[in-house]
Amino acid sequence: MISPHLPALQIVLPLLSAPVCVLLRRSILTYAVTVAICWLTFAIAVLLLQQVLASGPISYRLGGWAPPWGIEYRVDTVNAYVLLIVSAIGAIVITAARPTVEREVGEDVQYLFYTCALLCLAGMLGVTITGDAFNLFVFLEISSLSSYVLVSLRRDRRALTAAFHYLIFGTIGATFYLIGVGLLYQATGTLNIADLAVRVAGVTDSQSVRAAFAFMVVGIAIKAAVFPVHIWLPNAYAYAPSIVSALLAATATKVAIYVLLRVFLTIFGPVFAFSTMPLGEMLVALAVVAMFVGSAVAIFQEDVKRMLAYSSVAQIGYMILGIGLATSLGLTGGILHLFNHAVIKGGLFLVMACVFYRIGSVQLVDFAGLGRRMPWTMAAFVVGGLSLIGVPLTTGFVSKWYLILGALDKGWWWLAVLILLSSLLAVIYVWRVVEVAYFRAPPEAATRLEAPVSLLVPTWVLIAANIYFGIDTRVSVGVAKRAAEALMGVGA
Amino acid sequence: MEWAGLYNYWIVIFLMMAGLYVVIASGNLIKKMVGLNIFQASVFLLYITMGKVQGGTAPIIEEGIRVYSNPLPHVLILTAIVVGVATTALGLAIIVRINEAFGSIEEDDLEKPEEAS
Amino acid sequence: MSHHLIVRVVSKLLIPFILLFALYVQFHGDFGPGGGFQAGVIFASAFILYALVFGLDNARRVLPEWVTRAGIALGVLIYGGTGVVGILLGHNYLDYSPLGSTAPLGQHIGISVIEFGVGMTVASVMATIFLAFAGRNRDLFDLEE
Repeated sequence: MISPHLPALQIVLPLLSAPVCVLLRRSILTYAVTVAICWLTFAIAVLLLQQVLASGPISYRLGGWAPPWGIEYRVDTVNAYVLLIVSAIGAIVITAARPTVEREVGEDVQYLFYTCALLCLAGMLGVTITGDAFNLFVFLEISSLSSYVLVSLRRDRRALTAAFHYLIFGTIGATFYLIGVGLLYQATGTLNIADLAVRVAGVTDSQSVRAAFAFMVVGIAIKAAVFPVHIWLPNAYAYAPSIVSALLAATATKVAIYVLLRVFLTIFGPVFAFSTMPLGEMLVALAVVAMFVGSAVAIFQEDVKRMLAYSSVAQIGYMILGIGLATSLGLTGGILHLFNHAVIKGGLFLVMACVFYRIGSVQLVDFAGLGRRMPWTMAAFVVGGLSLIGVPLTTGFVSKWYLILGALDKGWWWLAVLILLSSLLAVIYVWRVVEVAYFRAPPEAATRLEAPVSLLVPTWVLIAANIYFGIDTRVSVGVAKRAAEALMGVGA
Repeated sequence: MEWAGLYNYWIVIFLMMAGLYVVIASGNLIKKMVGLNIFQASVFLLYITMGKVQGGTAPIIEEGIRVYSNPLPHVLILTAIVVGVATTALGLAIIVRINEAFGSIEEDDLEKPEEAS
Repeated sequence: MSHHLIVRVVSKLLIPFILLFALYVQFHGDFGPGGGFQAGVIFASAFILYALVFGLDNARRVLPEWVTRAGIALGVLIYGGTGVVGILLGHNYLDYSPLGSTAPLGQHIGISVIEFGVGMTVASVMATIFLAFAGRNRDLFDLEE
């Protein structure tokens, strides 16, 4: 009886448990509810992916109204994959939340933390699952508004300015997207994404469709922190509560990249996006700049969390590069990196949560001797760092391998060289941390203080996933390939 | 005189540019919020303009009336207005807390301690 | 403003009518323009007028904080819960047709119920936003410098 309603429940469960958390108010109760709901949504996402892989796309009519008039939830290979990533990371990260939230968030507002985390998750899942362009905007704003709150909840006044800038940028981005949707509606008279795809193909000469395309590119690029409009990201990630950094870094930008894929490849279609409009060249150029600037700036950061944030800018560059290559091989690399980066950064930011929980700081100088003081935590950092660099047998290698294959396939060998060179920059900033942690003496009177098990286990789950998906690539590569082919209109 | 018939679009464009300019150019956080609101209001106008059908009346079924305005953009923009209200409230709330923590809401003052740390 | 006699008398006279008008907009929403959003804002405006004239302490006595907080949460739950009832009765989420003997009647009932939820949440949210800004509680957030 339940199984046909899974697409709705995927969103409804976290959305409706948020007000329940407000009513419960007790921090420990809301934590329990949130964790339970997160794992339930993860289970639903797994079931949905199985259904989609077995029997093709699912369409769910909200309120029983038929698309294109009613709102439709549409699950195909691409978004079932993204749903799985978001809900899995959400569940693992939220499970680790309790100790650090108690330390970093004011006691009176802890229930609001969990409420906002649930809303943020519901919003991101909603963006992913919906088949309606306007509904997508609404979910985008639900997730964004709750993430502004989440960022501002840390007891550090710099979190406030970071949240404010995030709010300004996020709102401008969402409004640009809204303008684009409005212009498309004017030109086609529909908001359903599948219907838009059919109708836009008939009016690609219209100026307003091109304007809509431009508005949507800029709007979503802001949300995804694509290179020149990434300025909100480093501060927001650096000053947010540790758990929020892990959650947002691993999911929020991924969802925005998914929207980018959905809008350009499904609504406008690969032909319009890459041949009529010069999107591919533009994205490749921006991606290359992002890869180098992001990594180069990361090298000079004294705050390790900020360093990871800048490295995120570079990693988003790799994903954009995959899209910009405009071949299904390149796209496979991009989509694969979406998953891999979620696992890598989720794990690394959880390491930061462990360090901050024990040391009370994530400044590089305070990492001195941590290799001996927190052996498990720092080992997790090393493995995650190797994966970030793209060393073989880690996930980071797999997606970079596909990106390089995609570049070579197009005959762009210089691009393959650039990808390798930018990975070397990652070696430098990861090494800086490792060097301080393992080869500098700890301060006097420092004792061994490993992070609590409740933090360490989720961290290692994500880090172990780095190795597992680096060795056994069947699942992640297989699904990414099918998703990429579906988006490019090849095969199924 | 074709451009005069599209006056509502000119208003939309003017408001959009004015709002965006205020967000970018103003250093005061409250003024930034006001600019953001003007920017959003321009999009509301764009949608409402879209819903107008020439000669159409309010979309309530009556005998003898055939042409109705399109109610869908209005419903959409009601949602967007609610989102706008939420954004404004949240933005102002953060500004209040910034003022308490830093003693200023001028961007130039806020950036100084950040660089020092 | 409690020492201005005219303001006090006029607002005392006005507030019941504003509340009544809010209810009219709420329940007339299925026949004409109106609905939960508008009604909720009008309802909250009556409360805000009361708070402006008679002071925050009195306003808090009329509508304590736990009432507005519960109102926000319950309104959303009413909306979402109505949708879930659709699932339990074998239809899709947010499909109200099975709530009545015929599909249009069911939709009529469903929309009235969810609009009630919307009105409740909007009124509570508006009152909360106003009170949060007006009576800023300084010890709620302790900031580390």
